[in-house]
Amino acid sequence: MKNFSTLLLILLVPLTAYSAPQGKQLYQQNCAACHGDMGKGGVGVPLALASFLDSVSDRYLFTTIREGRPGRVMPSFQDMSDVQVEAIVRYIRSWSKNKAPVYPLQPIKGNSANGKKLYAQHCASCHGADAKGGSGTGVTFSRPRDLPIIAPSLANSGFLAAASDAMIKHTLINGREGTPMNSFSRQGMSDSQVNDIVAYIRSLQHTTTDQKTDKSEPAYIKYESSESMKSTLAALKNAAIGANFRIIREQLFEQGYVEKGKEDSKKIILYFCNFSMLNKALAIDPRVGLFLPCRVTLIEKDGKVSMITVNPSAMSKKFNNAELDKICAEMTGMYRDILEEAAL
Amino acid sequence: MKNFFVSIVLLCIAGSSFASEQDVLMVRSTMPFPEAMSSLQNSIIEHKYTLSRVQRIDVGLEKAGFKTSRYRIVFFGKHDEMKLLTDSAPQIAAFLPLKLVIFSEGDETMIVALNPLHYDSATNKPEHTLLLKRWHNDIKSIMEDVRKEE
Repeated sequence: MKNFSTLLLILLVPLTAYSAPQGKQLYQQNCAACHGDMGKGGVGVPLALASFLDSVSDRYLFTTIREGRPGRVMPSFQDMSDVQVEAIVRYIRSWSKNKAPVYPLQPIKGNSANGKKLYAQHCASCHGADAKGGSGTGVTFSRPRDLPIIAPSLANSGFLAAASDAMIKHTLINGREGTPMNSFSRQGMSDSQVNDIVAYIRSLQHTTTDQKTDKSEPAYIKYESSESMKSTLAALKNAAIGANFRIIREQLFEQGYVEKGKEDSKKIILYFCNFSMLNKALAIDPRVGLFLPCRVTLIEKDGKVSMITVNPSAMSKKFNNAELDKICAEMTGMYRDILEEAAL
Repeated sequence: MKNFFVSIVLLCIAGSSFASEQDVLMVRSTMPFPEAMSSLQNSIIEHKYTLSRVQRIDVGLEKAGFKTSRYRIVFFGKHDEMKLLTDSAPQIAAFLPLKLVIFSEGDETMIVALNPLHYDSATNKPEHTLLLKRWHNDIKSIMEDVRKEE
């Protein structure tokens, strides 16, 4: 019984801490890398921007943290408790002296067909013809630094779940000072026209096709060659060059980890790169350095040489970035072609 | 019975912390790139890892005619651990040596790593899980060192 009480006590201490989360600490752990320590943005939206905080409700922030933005880098924090998410929302809200706006959740009635036309004239240049938002992730590689944000995807299921019609309308009418989002009322748009655009944006809820994540794809690609290490390496180099890659480095796997000359010669790494493709991938998501430039490790064991590399398609799924998925699928195809040719 | 109960509780605690881990670990340092890079390298060494190489992606891109911010990849590891894993599960070599990506974002610096717990799917060997967990903790600790330094 005494042991049981001790165990309960041990358990209760962390649980108490768990039930009273510190918003600041949670924010720093989970949000600051993208949104900045003080919410000035970067990869993510500048949350501390006065015009942003004054126009979004706590419900919007809560649902955004919970649902994320499928395919648009912002992850969904499904494992956090409601209390933890609320603590983060309170912390973000503490950056503004103004009270959080509260919007009615009732749908706004409007003519979505007319809204579609107005959207094409006034919104599509930033948010895209299909309302899927601007390109890139928001960091240095993807955009000029004079812009604080990349236009969000209005067709994204996460956005549509978080933003009420009234909140969208408020943003259209007032704009967001400090961002390229202008006030439509100041441009002379009528209340009824704004309602039409809101109705059109809401209608996208039925057409949104967020990418479903398939995490079952193998994390690596492996081909075997029955040729010697020397021949396989030469064949791999030829195949990479033939696929328009440049060989940038060849090294022993253990180089730098053991005394020079004592490395295992049966483990070799070959690096190759198509700089144009690398530059394109970095502009989409700068985190791709986690699996680029291209690299194949060759390991000789029992008379066979294995050529092993990461599977870019599987890696890409970890980034929640639909744009990146496309280029990674292309890269996976290239890797397979190169390795297959080298294994012949 | 008592042992069973304790095991269940411990498993629940371990399980909950694992489930909340992100696939990609990421921190922002308020230090400019050179200072953050120096802090990163020091922390890697303080964590008893061998720093084998820094790949200068930005230099390669600039030579190829592309404009870029500072972008480097830092490779590190421990020889005995890398050998242990690649000898028994060669496919994990695709992810080794361990790496941290560091790049500048304006006046600040971003550091990114793949969560080693997700190499699990490449090894499929339960006996490696403990080592992967330690790598995960070490990488988080290294990143936290850089984040906290000003």
